[in-house]
Amino acid sequence: MSTVKLTVNGRAVSVDVEDRTLLVHVLRENLNLTGTHVGCDTSQCGACVVHVDGRAVKSCTMLAGQAAGSNVTTIEGLAKGDELHPMQAAFRDNHGLQCGYCTPGMIMSAVDIVHRHGGNLDEETVRHELEGNICRCTGYHNIVKAVLDAAGRMKVAQAAE
Amino acid sequence: MYETNYHRASSVADAAATFAKGTESKFLAGGQTLLPVMKQRLAAPSDVIDLSRVQEMIGIEVSGDTVTIKAATPHYDVAQSDAVRKAIPALANLASMIGDPAVRYRGTIGGSLANNDPAADYPAAVLALGATVKTNKRSIAADDFFKGLFSTALEDGEIITAVSFPVPAKAGYAKFPNPASRFALTGVFVAKTKAGDVRAAATGASQSGVMRVPAIEGALKTNWSAAALDSVKIPSNGLLADIHGSADYRANLIKVMGQRAVTAAG
Amino acid sequence: MGVEGIGARVVRKEDRRFITGQGRYVDDIKMVGMSYAHFIRSPHAHAKVKGLDSAEAMKMPGVIAVLTGQQLVDDKVGNLICGWAITSKDGSPMKMGAWPAMAPETVRFVGQAVAVVIAETRNQAKDAAEAVVVNYEELPAVPDIAAAIKPGAPQLHPEAPGNVVYDWHLGDEAAVKDAFSKAANVVTLDLTNNRLVPNAMEPRAAIAHYDQADEHYTLYTTSQNPHVARLVLSAFYNIAPENKLRVIAPDVGGGFGSKIYIYPEEMVALWASKKVNRPVKWTGDRSEAFLTDAHGRDHVSKAEMAFDKDNKILGLRVKTHANFGAYMSLFSSAVPTYLYATLLSGQYVIPAIYAEVMGVYTNTTPVDAYRGAGRPEASYLIERMMETAARQLKVDPTELRKKNFINQFPYQTPVIMAYDIGDFHASIDAAMKAIDYAGFPARKAKAKADGKLRGIGISCYIEACGIAPSKAVGSLGAGVGLWESAEIRVNPVGTIEVLTGSHSHGQGHETTFCQIIAERLGVPLSQVSIIHGDTDKVQFGMGTYGSRSLAVGGTAIVKAMEKVEAKARKIAAHALEASESDIVIENGEFKVTGTDKSIALPMVALAAYTAHNLPDGMEPGLKETAFYDPTNFTFPAGAYICELEVDPTTGKTSFVNFVAADDFGRLINPMIVEGQVHGGLAQGIGQALLEGAVYDGSGQLVTASFMDYTMPRADDLPSFQLSHTTTLCPGNPLGVKGCGEAGAIGASAAVINAITDAIGNNKLEMPATPDRVWHAIHG
Repeated sequence: MSTVKLTVNGRAVSVDVEDRTLLVHVLRENLNLTGTHVGCDTSQCGACVVHVDGRAVKSCTMLAGQAAGSNVTTIEGLAKGDELHPMQAAFRDNHGLQCGYCTPGMIMSAVDIVHRHGGNLDEETVRHELEGNICRCTGYHNIVKAVLDAAGRMKVAQAAE
Repeated sequence: MYETNYHRASSVADAAATFAKGTESKFLAGGQTLLPVMKQRLAAPSDVIDLSRVQEMIGIEVSGDTVTIKAATPHYDVAQSDAVRKAIPALANLASMIGDPAVRYRGTIGGSLANNDPAADYPAAVLALGATVKTNKRSIAADDFFKGLFSTALEDGEIITAVSFPVPAKAGYAKFPNPASRFALTGVFVAKTKAGDVRAAATGASQSGVMRVPAIEGALKTNWSAAALDSVKIPSNGLLADIHGSADYRANLIKVMGQRAVTAAG
Repeated sequence: MGVEGIGARVVRKEDRRFITGQGRYVDDIKMVGMSYAHFIRSPHAHAKVKGLDSAEAMKMPGVIAVLTGQQLVDDKVGNLICGWAITSKDGSPMKMGAWPAMAPETVRFVGQAVAVVIAETRNQAKDAAEAVVVNYEELPAVPDIAAAIKPGAPQLHPEAPGNVVYDWHLGDEAAVKDAFSKAANVVTLDLTNNRLVPNAMEPRAAIAHYDQADEHYTLYTTSQNPHVARLVLSAFYNIAPENKLRVIAPDVGGGFGSKIYIYPEEMVALWASKKVNRPVKWTGDRSEAFLTDAHGRDHVSKAEMAFDKDNKILGLRVKTHANFGAYMSLFSSAVPTYLYATLLSGQYVIPAIYAEVMGVYTNTTPVDAYRGAGRPEASYLIERMMETAARQLKVDPTELRKKNFINQFPYQTPVIMAYDIGDFHASIDAAMKAIDYAGFPARKAKAKADGKLRGIGISCYIEACGIAPSKAVGSLGAGVGLWESAEIRVNPVGTIEVLTGSHSHGQGHETTFCQIIAERLGVPLSQVSIIHGDTDKVQFGMGTYGSRSLAVGGTAIVKAMEKVEAKARKIAAHALEASESDIVIENGEFKVTGTDKSIALPMVALAAYTAHNLPDGMEPGLKETAFYDPTNFTFPAGAYICELEVDPTTGKTSFVNFVAADDFGRLINPMIVEGQVHGGLAQGIGQALLEGAVYDGSGQLVTASFMDYTMPRADDLPSFQLSHTTTLCPGNPLGVKGCGEAGAIGASAAVINAITDAIGNNKLEMPATPDRVWHAIHG
């Protein structure tokens, strides 16, 4: 057992967990942040993607200890109060989700894609960049549309700041 | 996953000392392979020693004709590095093709090489570029490093600290991904050294892991062009066969990816 | 239509919780005192369980119990059932072996549970499971259809000699023989319809809680049909009487058929929760999903089609072997029979059809309905056949289809189904226009100059949805009725709750169903809530599968609304001192036509509940229920055309364009409909190009994780070009047909037809992996 201290969605937290505990389980079990999901056990589906120190990583493939001292943002921390993040809004407006299970990881990955590419996104790039996130419902068509839409919105938002 | 003891190493020396204390220690770099294996309960280390925050193991240095990538540098940083892109663009391209974006943020060159997965990308670059693997104990030439599937020249407790790549005259990498796992079903790295030597390495294809491809090297030495490989015959004996690719298909891919790698190298 | 009514592209009401991480799936739920279950599963495809020793495991930290299959038997927990009885050609009933939730004696597929560990934490349960020693005696295994029907093959169940569950047929054998004797041309085709793993992104999970004081169970489960789950758990598995069992399916992360069935893990969790007197949670991981979620498809077929000298179809003969796996899952028996052979007429006039289907046991995971269920297999067969025939007869594949299309409706096929309406020419013409079919030869030539092999493939599918008229399916062997229920509660302040037996696990019912209400009453969507997925709230329902929710569940809502409106009209007329026949409903108000007199819905509702001034004899309250039993199946149909390129050097396929022209009848929310088509297409394309469950000779699943089973990813798929043609379904008041499965039914033939067109030979099975395509080109 170890005590792991980290910052999650801006809040300092401390949990006592077995060393084998994965970050995703700290989030879901200890912190009740159940928006981060587990969809596979081979680190491929991306349902568990969160941001650790600003980078989108698979929280099922990171020990809690590895995240100690880090800043973690989960899907629950993305919106500013009632105001949705542009990526969240774009997923809704473009019907980029159906059952919703892959959606949090998909959105967290998508935000990271836009952060890395800025406005220079096209369909092919988005499809390639979503390689690590599996969706079984949407056929990705509307997810791709949503990411492209959000990239535009985020650019506008950035320009306004 | 079995219970284990997690340690975050502060230095290479600290990592080595902590490793020695455990009954069955393992080094943890990005963890993008080790953790999935542990989750499947296929590995049960008593202690895992996290190298990913050892500052002396992170970073990229380019000096003269050598690119040195420190072992705990994530693939993403290699792929994004202007210095690498300028010196050995093929290496940055290779890094940008490993796994998926989330894996590239965490996975490291040292972890990839120490694991030596037969379908990993980096071993092809290390072997074809004739890189030198530096450890906390010695330097190991690429030709001496890879010892077959998941097997390397590393001794128990030995830590890869960096990899030095000689800057080639030309180099290129082409990968045909396994449709499911996205590892290399076959990937070929070709390089022409500044001395005019040609080396080619294939990953994902052989039953004994990453390998040199003499037929491609011979053909390219005479004529550095994709067309030079048209008549090359790659034997299929000793190649992997599974539901994603038969041995003769992989033999074909070695040639086709070899040609694309040459085209990419220019 | 109003801005939120029928036909409006309204964004989904349910989305906010999902995009903010507030969805509530089973594994998100915690209960006080919760314990965790981990199953011990057979590593062998076929073995006797000779002994099981849990003594060491019981000593491990946190272990509460290790429970075995024998204890299930001792407690008289029932075996799993198959709910559709099929009769063989010779009149004998289908032959089924027993399927216990945990095997006491014999395991018949890798992953079958033999025991369960209940512990304080997930990890403790897993740790202890490794300490349970199970002694197996391995038996020879039967990994596939060919091995199962070989004379002298190992036998799975003593009840089913030769591993044959049934040998069934449909149609007129003599008429088909006659048709073939008159044929100018006969086209033959051997086909494999590959086995698929559903892989809903949320793995299955269950939480069972037993309340000792009330002798009452609660089950949270990942189900597409919680009421059916309760019925089966109660009536057949002896868990508890229905009034002592509440089943809740909260947010469910996709189903695609795989969450219809009542699985061993849910049964065991319920049973165990009483035994250990603790809430028990089980959450499957992806590896367990691969081994234990019912798989789909897995047919091997031989088909022959007879044509006259004018290329009109004379007859079709089909012989299919269907792999059921090791046990008969809940609706498995119906899939290769009444959901398959009944659709073998496709969109064509085929005067004579004869189909034989042999269902066999193998030592593999049980197979059941997966998105489309039987209809993709039928559509794939017919549409590969039409393309193959066109090539053999040297006619354009669109012309051959058009020549044989059914043009008159209703149309009685020779295989039970009576198509009510359709316009197949409209669909194919729309698809041909969208893809510029006429311009294809020029594009193919240009691609050839670039070293690429370009192909075009067509698939004209028809399916039967809106499952189903209860009397009809009952006469065919179904153990249940397939109606749906709805209850409309208008609350005293005029808000509306719609309780439905349909279950939404991605389909967007919380929006679509509200739109039906909004359309009828002219109230905003925010005033309407959909309640589903809880047997304590919704009295009964048959759940969501077979593209039935709107055609059957939606119609039930309409029927209940008609009753609500009838009563509300009476109240309004009474309050307004007007004639009931003069009352019209507009913008949430009851108006007296031709006057400015009106009363708003909330006032009508309030009047209903205050009951101070109701018409004489009227009961207070404003709540109505309807049970709707459909009169026929619905028949969505359409045309898909795929254009793609094959790289001859690697065998890799790249999409150029994929167009879909569907006729779903009336669309309530076109945005949601398009999403359903996209998802279906991805699964159909996945089957064609990427997905396939592979077992080795010993019955081990080779494709047991995402490392080896190729799930479609974003870069495997194109953006789709959709359009709709419309013939309104005459069988229900909404005119709707269903859209959930079409893509998965129609897409795979279009893709394979395009690849075989590109490479110029027809020797290609699904999934058409680069390796297979390369070998098809180069030998």
